[in-house]
Amino acid sequence: MDAIILQILNGLDKGSAYALIALGLTLIFGTLGVVNFAHGALFVIGAFCAVTLNRIFSISFETTDPTKVDFLGNPATIKTTYLEHWFGAGPAAWMTDWSVPLAILLAIPVMLLVGVIMERGLIKHFYKRPHADQILVTFGLAIVLQEIIKFFYGANPIQTAPPDVFIGTMDLGVWLGFEANAIAYPYWRMVYFLFSTVIIGGVFAFLQFTTFGMVVRAGMADRETVGLLGIDIDKRFTITFAIAATVAGLAGVMYTPITPPTYDIGVELLVLSFVVVVVGGMGSLPGAVLAGFLLGIVESFASMNEVKNILPGIDQIIVYLMAIIVILVRPRGLMGRKGVMED
Amino acid sequence: MFGLEKKDFTLLLIVTVMVILAPFVLNPFPEGTAMAQMFNAGYPDLMQRFAIFGILVIGFNILFGLTGYLSFGHAAFLGAGSYAAVWMFKLLGYDIIPAILLSIAVSGLFSLAVGYVSLRRSGIYFSILTLALAQMMFNMAYSVLGNPSSSYNLTNGETGLQVYNSDPQVLLSATDPNFPHLFGLSMRSETHLLIGNWDFTLNAGYYLSGLFLLLAFYISIRIFRSPFGLMLRAVKSNQQRLNYTGLNTRPYTLMAFVISGMYAGLAGGLLACMDPLAGAERMHWTASGEIVIMSILGGIGTLIGPILGAGFNEYFKNILSKINDSVLHEWLSFLPDGFEDIMVTLIHPFVGKGWHLTWACCS
Repeated sequence: MDAIILQILNGLDKGSAYALIALGLTLIFGTLGVVNFAHGALFVIGAFCAVTLNRIFSISFETTDPTKVDFLGNPATIKTTYLEHWFGAGPAAWMTDWSVPLAILLAIPVMLLVGVIMERGLIKHFYKRPHADQILVTFGLAIVLQEIIKFFYGANPIQTAPPDVFIGTMDLGVWLGFEANAIAYPYWRMVYFLFSTVIIGGVFAFLQFTTFGMVVRAGMADRETVGLLGIDIDKRFTITFAIAATVAGLAGVMYTPITPPTYDIGVELLVLSFVVVVVGGMGSLPGAVLAGFLLGIVESFASMNEVKNILPGIDQIIVYLMAIIVILVRPRGLMGRKGVMED
Repeated sequence: MFGLEKKDFTLLLIVTVMVILAPFVLNPFPEGTAMAQMFNAGYPDLMQRFAIFGILVIGFNILFGLTGYLSFGHAAFLGAGSYAAVWMFKLLGYDIIPAILLSIAVSGLFSLAVGYVSLRRSGIYFSILTLALAQMMFNMAYSVLGNPSSSYNLTNGETGLQVYNSDPQVLLSATDPNFPHLFGLSMRSETHLLIGNWDFTLNAGYYLSGLFLLLAFYISIRIFRSPFGLMLRAVKSNQQRLNYTGLNTRPYTLMAFVISGMYAGLAGGLLACMDPLAGAERMHWTASGEIVIMSILGGIGTLIGPILGAGFNEYFKNILSKINDSVLHEWLSFLPDGFEDIMVTLIHPFVGKGWHLTWACCS
């Protein structure tokens, strides 16, 4: 029992990442009708926002301390970060410690900007072109973004630590009545799961309860009629794209302490996110979220040693196998509705 | 002639001449000059890639150009073909005929399975399904079936599958060259033609690939002009109407999918013949994306487009990967210093792999 709960928990954090990326993909596909192959790159940009903020915080200047000398007799130089210089030692240490959550504040404007530039600058010109052209241009964009990140940050994974408070594991088993250390779960993964639930809830609330969201939903259903009613649907859709980009970016920011980001994690996650979207039912936002968590949990069960001993390597392909089964049994996906984006 | 109309026969003739003369035409600059370093493409390795990727894209075009089904997983069939060919080298010896036959057969079987599942949907769903299935094949090759310590190590994982001296190679005779060969003619054997300052390389492997390219091209013309090709075009223009007339289109699209998968297998087998090793990175989905780009570059649904697209793509990938930062600095040295650095930084991502975007925007 405790092993099962542990695997479900393990699946949640990966599932959260899948769900967040798939949510953005579905939002873009539903509104703009574009399959965004650059969505994985947006996740990576978000992740590198966290890395950048960490680097900004550690920019320092050197001063000489005349009272001390090093072993050669020269006055010792002391490195002081600008952060410490401006805010004092205590707040500076706190800010460095909390750099990953603080990176959210950096990532939101950056991702909104990137989203708007991408949509207005490039993708706008491809609405009336065939799907193949849209795929080609977003695929090319993904490669360019990836190469830019590689140019600035190199090809090696860059470690960023979560705040000290969240280092270590929580003993969930004790709360649920199991013995100690039966279910040990890292704090940060719990934070990531809660964070993603908040984001998902926020996106749904935004679409459900605001006038803006209502217009977007109406546009998803029938773009032309909304335009005929005198609403500038293009502008709304640009903002929707920016929001989807931000969701992917924030997923990336918070994911950095779980897996150190490299420039190419985007292309790997992207394919899985497409699978998630298809399994959930294209154009269905709840479907994307549900399938994201479902596939994350299934993947984590498949990577249990008991399962791997019987079917070695199953964890690598289980997601795709699930997709095949779902498509064969239920071609519309788990929550796809009849007649909605069937082609 | 050969059952072709006059126009098509002329086209075939043009391609034949192109294939024969490529080692000369692609080497326009004399040996040793800076221009030759940069722009000459007449060396065997690159020309083999022109021909092999030409075959691959011709096959892809039969599916995508005629039926409009955009497969995003063709690189997986290429990889499967390569693995099959290298296994033949390992088990039977370096004769390329069984290798190529098996690679076509294996890719055909894989594409039958993938096509059976993914052709249930059309449009963008189909693309994503092929993408997912191909990525699954990549994962199988990369880690599941490639664990060197397990008993079913089919692909040798990250290292890539290659031929070792300890392999059985039951048909290997002492007189055969220690490299893939056709009746004793090694794929690596070449003749140099020195004319003035020019050095032209005539390579056996290239001409074999070229021969296969011509064969592939001929078959594709026949398919384009056949009733079967007409049916595929009908699928592209209006599948719904075809269905309403009581016609089941799936056998036709599946057939097209399998044919193009077999083309990819042939290309993979040839790649392994030119260099007897197969790696999983060939199957990654970004490689499939490149195939799509090549076919769009050349023009979708045209006969000669795929060959030009593949050649263009390989040629520019080759040149643009030579334009590194130092070359850029040299070219832009007339600019003020700081500005030069900024320009280099700006151009950098667009000249490596990223030139696809540069092109996509221009189209």
